[in-house]
Amino acid sequence: MSWLLALPIAIPFLTAVAAYLWRSGPTGRWISLAGSLASLAASAALMAAVLREGVVAAQMGGWPAPFGITLVADFLSAVMVVITAITGLATAIYALGEIGPRLERLGYHALFQILIAGVTGAFLTGDLFNLYVWFEVMLIASFGLLVLGGSKEQLDAGIKYVALNLVSTLVFLSGIGLLYGLTGTLNMADLRGAVAEVEDQALVTVIAMMFMVGFGVKAAVFPLFFWLPASYHTPSFAVSAVFAGLLTKVGVYALMRMFTLVFVGDVGFTHEILIWVSALTMLTGVLGAAAQTDFRKILSFHIISQIGYMTLGLALYTPLALMGGVFYLVHHIIVKANLFFVSGVADRLAGGTDLNRIGGLYKSSPLLAALFVVPAFSLAGFPPLSGFWAKYLIVKASIELEAWLIAFVALFVGLLTIFSMTKIWGMAFWKPHPEGIEPTPDRAPASVRIPMMIPIAGLAAMTVVIGLFPEPFVQFAETAAAQLLDPTRYVEAVLGTRGEAAP
Amino acid sequence: MEALTALIVGVLVAASVYLMLARNFLRFLFGLILLSNAANLVIFASGRMTAGAPALVPEGAYTPEGVVGNALPQALVLTAIVIGFGLLAFTLALAFEAYRRLRTMDSDEMRLAEPEEDPATGAEAGK
Repeated sequence: MSWLLALPIAIPFLTAVAAYLWRSGPTGRWISLAGSLASLAASAALMAAVLREGVVAAQMGGWPAPFGITLVADFLSAVMVVITAITGLATAIYALGEIGPRLERLGYHALFQILIAGVTGAFLTGDLFNLYVWFEVMLIASFGLLVLGGSKEQLDAGIKYVALNLVSTLVFLSGIGLLYGLTGTLNMADLRGAVAEVEDQALVTVIAMMFMVGFGVKAAVFPLFFWLPASYHTPSFAVSAVFAGLLTKVGVYALMRMFTLVFVGDVGFTHEILIWVSALTMLTGVLGAAAQTDFRKILSFHIISQIGYMTLGLALYTPLALMGGVFYLVHHIIVKANLFFVSGVADRLAGGTDLNRIGGLYKSSPLLAALFVVPAFSLAGFPPLSGFWAKYLIVKASIELEAWLIAFVALFVGLLTIFSMTKIWGMAFWKPHPEGIEPTPDRAPASVRIPMMIPIAGLAAMTVVIGLFPEPFVQFAETAAAQLLDPTRYVEAVLGTRGEAAP
Repeated sequence: MEALTALIVGVLVAASVYLMLARNFLRFLFGLILLSNAANLVIFASGRMTAGAPALVPEGAYTPEGVVGNALPQALVLTAIVIGFGLLAFTLALAFEAYRRLRTMDSDEMRLAEPEEDPATGAEAGK
């Protein structure tokens, strides 16, 4: 069983090594593509096992839990691993068109695969210190990708991104140290029992707040989001798409995991804070987007506002709300990565991402326009796209709790999201190009255009499928939420395999 | 011993916060280094400071004899130091490259990625 959990992490690492060795020619990009396909197959196998057994766990190195490092996949972890592999594959295809030989020689593909490995590792680990290590793997790869190419804007953005993320990591690390000092264990399943036995629960709450701040910076919640809009619009489009899709979601995942499994002693305090943080995150994100006139900057601010919905799902802490949060997480990764992909094609065709300087895309490439509409309206929550169901679940959960203000904020933010999306639509696609240049498809040769359009079409199709046939996905999210709220099965899978784990 | 370590951690954090409030990025980086060391000390102290022997198992035995120090936090600290060293080395290189290209260390002047809006015209500065 252990290879099933280790493969989705090991394959990207091996691919990274091979891609680095063959980075000087076009071989590297095909290695990266093949590796992404293999990762997808491995994560699908893991998903099949999780669907069959509920929770799958394995002890690495044969050390029984809680002494060794455990890899564990429940429904939430499994779906996050699958969606990571899908995003990775889409980005690998997109990079065939976008990433030039210069970035390839600098090791783009190797860094990208290490990033995927770090993200997957963070989703699968059942050990707190190991989670820190995966965060660092992910972080160092993202540092490299962010400044790869070395333009002045990238360096400027890199300084802010690196500085704030390192501070958050150190807060997280101190939290781990203090939690270990209090409980004497680092295994997350073991911590659930150990934390409940601590006499002074106030100390646990203090540590919980350290984790909330540490993960909150990663997830870019209010008021800790400043690094995100400062940096996400500067690297190449493939990089910003994978950042937008995956990186902040690792923070959200870590919040969901820790605040359902370990820190549940004082829900009235910690989750109440999260509710208001979520509401303010939604509002500041969407208002920030309204002030921007750059394609990618608008999208960056919308990441923040959408993060608010996901943390709200956690904060309300009912089965329905968590189910909405999980559904939102998956839906958002697909949609947001896709919108950044679209912005990359728009940049190629119209010659920029500043909305004041581009236009006429609808006339010249109606296909791209149609493919933009799907994720854009899904983001805003139009039926029958995936975003509608995600928003519906969250809003319904807050109304059931009679949290009228929160429900109002969630709906109001949806309205303002439509405003931003129609702004992009009107300025980039509808109005004529201000300099009278027709953005013809010829501006990007077919060898560039086709690999860039395939992932956009694929992800848009997924959005439509989830929107039209939400039933299996909603049921899946329901089980995932039930497992989060009652992690008995998770704890058993990790700790109950003692003895069996010995070789 | 723990009280002394706690004091040292406090002093380190205070110094690092002071340094990180500076506009100069290099000072911020030094603050980060101090904070990283404070975090390492926290982990180290959380394993309890006992005046025990090193956690070595004698040949032929399965458990160490007598009172030994907790080896796990030491292993964690070692990992954290290595990772922190790598990240801070990268940050220093980044800071140097940024200084070489942008000709400034003042974080208030680093506005390339987020140009300040000119309130009079609404146009972005520098264009």
